[in-house]
Amino acid sequence: MIAELGLAALWLAAALAALQLLAGALAVRGGDGETLAALVRPTAVVQALLCTLAFGMLLWLFARTDLSVALVANNSHSAKPMIYKITGAWGNHEGSMLLWVTVMALSGGLIALVERRLPERTMMATLAAQAFVAIGFYAFLLLASNPFERLVPAPAEGTGLNPLLQDIGLALHPPTLYAGYVGLSVAFSFAVGALITRQVTPDFAKVMRPWVLGAWIFLTLGITAGSYWAYYELGWGGWWFWDPVENASLMPWLAATALLHSAGVLAARDALRAWTIMLGVVAFSMSMIGTFLVRSGILTSVHAFAVDPERGTFILALLAIYIGGALVLFALRANTVAEGERFSVLSREGALVVNNVALSAILGIVLLGTLYPLLTEAFGVRVSVGPPYFNPVGAIFFLPMLVVLAIGPLLRWRQDRLARVRGPMLAIAATAVLALLVAWWIMGAALFPLLGMTLAAAVAIGSFLPLRGRSLRRVPSPVWGMVISHFGVAVALFGMAADTAFQTERLVAARVGDTVEVGPWAITLASVDPVAGPNWTALQADLHAGYGGGASQSIQPQARSFWTPPQQTSEAALLTRWNGQLYAVIGGEAPNDEAGATRWQLRLWWKPFVTFIWYGGVLIALGGALALVGRVVGDVRRRAARSLIEERRVDTPREPAEALA
Amino acid sequence: MTRARWVLWLLVAMAAALFVLFAVQLSRPKNDFVQSAMVGKPIPEFTLEPAVQSRPGVSSADFTDGKPRLLNIFASWCVPCAAEAPQLAALEQQGADIVAIAIRDRPQDVAAFLSAYGNPFSRIGSDEISQVQLDLGSSGVPETFVIDGKGVIRYQHIGDIRDRDVPILLQKLREAGA
Repeated sequence: MIAELGLAALWLAAALAALQLLAGALAVRGGDGETLAALVRPTAVVQALLCTLAFGMLLWLFARTDLSVALVANNSHSAKPMIYKITGAWGNHEGSMLLWVTVMALSGGLIALVERRLPERTMMATLAAQAFVAIGFYAFLLLASNPFERLVPAPAEGTGLNPLLQDIGLALHPPTLYAGYVGLSVAFSFAVGALITRQVTPDFAKVMRPWVLGAWIFLTLGITAGSYWAYYELGWGGWWFWDPVENASLMPWLAATALLHSAGVLAARDALRAWTIMLGVVAFSMSMIGTFLVRSGILTSVHAFAVDPERGTFILALLAIYIGGALVLFALRANTVAEGERFSVLSREGALVVNNVALSAILGIVLLGTLYPLLTEAFGVRVSVGPPYFNPVGAIFFLPMLVVLAIGPLLRWRQDRLARVRGPMLAIAATAVLALLVAWWIMGAALFPLLGMTLAAAVAIGSFLPLRGRSLRRVPSPVWGMVISHFGVAVALFGMAADTAFQTERLVAARVGDTVEVGPWAITLASVDPVAGPNWTALQADLHAGYGGGASQSIQPQARSFWTPPQQTSEAALLTRWNGQLYAVIGGEAPNDEAGATRWQLRLWWKPFVTFIWYGGVLIALGGALALVGRVVGDVRRRAARSLIEERRVDTPREPAEALA
Repeated sequence: MTRARWVLWLLVAMAAALFVLFAVQLSRPKNDFVQSAMVGKPIPEFTLEPAVQSRPGVSSADFTDGKPRLLNIFASWCVPCAAEAPQLAALEQQGADIVAIAIRDRPQDVAAFLSAYGNPFSRIGSDEISQVQLDLGSSGVPETFVIDGKGVIRYQHIGDIRDRDVPILLQKLREAGA
């Protein structure tokens, strides 16, 4: 019954989305339709509740390991730990799509419940657009990937879960990314709503901004977590592979970052109207294209998802309707959206435009690189595009953008003079030159790490300069957010440059008792033993690692063999210090040495400051969170103040007048 | 303004072109198989140590004695390799001489694999670092090549050998013998 209840709730939610679209559209048209406007907000809220109910039912089915449900039987196993049973609910296609529509319905319900700043007609158009997008995904879920389908007869045992996915990283990574993707769907709906009613105003930007900010925080965290997960789980020691699936999450992030900054300009200065709308459309389009690339299996990737051309076709149709529709609407309406206030090149807006152009260019580069193999394959040529393309071509725009990032926040809105900011700019330049010299002295002349170090120093200094001369306790939290996020960029950049420049790697065949040196570490292979877990067996090496001749710590990398389904994975062992990580992987048995003694393949990396990459990512997200909290709290206070004023007006209607008289 | 609108419609057109590309690629069957560029060329020079004690190793010279052979690329850790074992046995019974190369494997594992699934191979070489595999233009396991009596690669079968592939491989082997 649980599955049927979930399915019924899902169908009802889909029907309500259709109602929401119809009522919203009629309300926007005006005339008699306006009586329907009262329906729209409650419908959105009930739809959110039903969808949450459906998702709750799926979680329950997985928690009980109800094998009569096909999805559970295919993706779970009674011997799995409870936490992985639960996370298994979204570690598959159908469950993850249900999570997607649930988050989407929840955001729709939330806007319907609380958002009252925009003209009601724009809100109706926005909620109708939100319902329009949701209907497509409901249809996809119900018609092409029903998570509640029964399996008759029920099997005696489930067929497990991809062991690579049996990791706490999975518990957090996809839901985080989805929250980001779906947050962008709200920005998309606002953009479409504003286009339909031609109300592209600073208020629109202020209403949209928290959603973009929220989505952006989740995307940042999702990408950071995904990068770390790939780093320690895949056992290759790398932290970014330009894999299509990674790119699929990076592209919406780039668009959202640009959107965040242009929405800031629109909110503060009523400029960049059409551009902001377009980024709103592009950001969610990138989310959908990302989902399509990942879910259709059209590109070859290390992320092996179930490949199903029929589903791919379905998502493609949705893509064509939503992206195509929004772009056509934009092309038709863009000239009726006046361009807004003017500003000089040398101003805060000017710097943000440079940032936007650079981010958009990087987005284009990543998109092209990701799709290029698909394009050449259409002409029968197989290629793969990797770091040799992405790194240098991306850097052409990334590096100048960082220079502007260091200086831009110092500039005033509308118009500024270079002479006014000469002092801080000299400080930034001096730091950069100093960092360049130090980096050169330490590591020699590798171009990208050198530039990375220099710009990291410049951005780090530049990010704190906006606080100069202000009372720190009075600085509003969105400004703190900006400072911390920009500093996070510097920290991550430093980590990337340091890891690229200073990393040392050893691949050895070691006997038990051998000592291997990698960087400042001396590592002794103490023993290799078989160990067993709940659903795997492994070879486990016991390594005693000492840093710089100091006391040794013990780490245990494993080569694991899972049995349902059979699969090998490397469990890398990490030793984290403040200045970097030791990364150890055991491969397997190596050929014996001349004396016939058993040797083991060990792969060891010393990665100085590599952890700063993820610290930086977390800082960037933290800055976003501070800004979001600041904006929401500010909004709530304003509302409270406004309602207080209105209350007083009602309570004391005539006294002031009498007093005056 | 008119120029800006052109750009906007260009954007719509680009999106449309992208969808057409996606649709075309989706409608084609997904083909992850990489055909070897070596088909029609002589096999590269190599010598491989025996993978097990019971069979000799493999070298490129073994293929130039005038007799066509099948060259099977397999590994004990590969599941489809176990699945194709009955078909390989059938090929051997029908007169095919099958030479094998074990990829990234250990002697005891190969021996265990052969005792579990049978040993239709006349020779088994051990390719510990996939060097010969890559030289042959093979991108995965299992793969099976038809090599004629002069050591020229005539045909490549990618993936496990199913029942329906057995007559095809025998036909190719006969053609290579002519």
